Amino acid sequence: MFHIFCPYCQEYREEEEFHPSGQAHLIRPADPASVSDEEWGDYLFFRDNPRGIHHEMWVHRLGCRKFFNITRDTATYEILETYRMGEQPSITAANAEVRREQGVQTADGGWQTVGAQPENSRLNEETPS
Amino acid sequence: MQRYSGFSLVKHALSHHENWQRHWRNPAPKKRYDVIIVGGGGHGLATAYYLAKEFGATNVAVIEKGWLGGGNTARNTTIVRSNYLWDEAAQLYNHSLDLWKGLSQDLNYNVMFSQRGVLNLAHTLQDMRDVQRRVNANRLNGIDSEVVTPEQIKEIEPALDISKSARYPIMGASWQKSAGVARHDAVAWGFARGADALGVDLLQNTEVTGFKIRDGQVYGVHTNRGDIEAHTVGCVAAGNSGVLAKMAGLKLPLESHPLQALVSEPLKPILNTVTMSNHVHGYVSQSDKGDLVIGAGIDGYLGYGQRGSFPTIEHTLQAIVEMFPMFSRVRMNRQWGGIVDTCPDACPILSKTKVKGLYFNCGWGTGGFKATPGSGHVFAASLAKGEMHPIAAPFSIDRFNTGALIDEHGAAGVAH
Repeated sequence: MFHIFCPYCQEYREEEEFHPSGQAHLIRPADPASVSDEEWGDYLFFRDNPRGIHHEMWVHRLGCRKFFNITRDTATYEILETYRMGEQPSITAANAEVRREQGVQTADGGWQTVGAQPENSRLNEETPS
Repeated sequence: MQRYSGFSLVKHALSHHENWQRHWRNPAPKKRYDVIIVGGGGHGLATAYYLAKEFGATNVAVIEKGWLGGGNTARNTTIVRSNYLWDEAAQLYNHSLDLWKGLSQDLNYNVMFSQRGVLNLAHTLQDMRDVQRRVNANRLNGIDSEVVTPEQIKEIEPALDISKSARYPIMGASWQKSAGVARHDAVAWGFARGADALGVDLLQNTEVTGFKIRDGQVYGVHTNRGDIEAHTVGCVAAGNSGVLAKMAGLKLPLESHPLQALVSEPLKPILNTVTMSNHVHGYVSQSDKGDLVIGAGIDGYLGYGQRGSFPTIEHTLQAIVEMFPMFSRVRMNRQWGGIVDTCPDACPILSKTKVKGLYFNCGWGTGGFKATPGSGHVFAASLAKGEMHPIAAPFSIDRFNTGALIDEHGAAGVAH
């Protein structure tokens, strides 16, 4: 059972409020009509499916209903960080060990994002409700 | 191999059953084989068995990182059926069902295949349309499927709640009488014993750590017990297929998810058949030992740990109690999770790859057990001839780029 920190609500909530939505950071070809069948099939169907660090999209279905990203270890199920759409992960398969040493431990024993930079600040702007 | 029979039982009783032969040898790896199968689960062992028995390839090794049949073969709900919608899938699963019928005799090993039938319930008008469409498609493919009414369902399975006051009233079902269940461990052990007797080396506790590839042709594998050479390598590694593919520099359209199942305390006989429902989303049968064998959906996130989340168990049991209110106070005994390699179209991949001599048999997702003999048979034929068997050919990995998908989400019975 996951205890997930929603980066929009800024709170830990139970797994049942969330729904996983597959691999994060997939980029849709800018001009679908001009790509080959191979490229289009790769975009639609082929996934990394790693045993280890995985960046994945979740939706806070029964909460704020916003999509966000989680970096998680698929072998231990440990959630390493959660970050907003448009941001880049600070923990990747390449630097996971370093981050483990330097990261900030959260109350539930996971590791929390430190200073993840928005990839595109416009995507990250909040509209006042 | 000493054959099992009534006579052998009596003979061994005289020596207090202390002199039974071991099921299989535990050989040291040879330097070279003709064919290497990576993965010693049901499908891998079946492939090795049929390679040796029907295609004359006895210089074969099965490489398994743990013990034989310790993965999904030991972690499923043992349902065998062939009521799939599309011609390609129906042929594959029906080929398998045909082999199931004679499997115990063929292997000289009791796999306890019991053709007790399977009900696929419909709870809405759209469900009924889907059931009728699938039954019609099945009958065109020679599969003994039929549509049954709630009254007929009650006769088949009296414990089901068919009342109008149910939250999701049952409007009908498809009924495949020749479907059933089998003893999952016995399937792995039977194939292993049969393959071993025909000269196949079963290498347990041997983990493949890489492939030896030169000029686009595979010529062996690296393992933790040294390098082993072979010019034909078949990977049958279920949830770990993606990890193997990465070693060979390939990518697969698979996602590995935990799929949980659970069994109750043993009860007196109460269920006659296998009952599945896509709409309330659960399936249940009763084993010969008496426990209810229960399964439902996958955990939605990627996971290689052989466990899942509690909410999934809760939803599973909600579905079972919706169908069988009388089970509300039955206690659950054990729960487990397998890693299923789900494909975008809920059909398997039986395919050549860009690497010559390297074949993959994977993507069976949530429903691979029923296909164990059929998958092994057609994959063995493909490995032996170097050309995909006609039944296996439509399941090429190319379909994800050409668009010739075989969408079996409706017949798969497990949402993913």
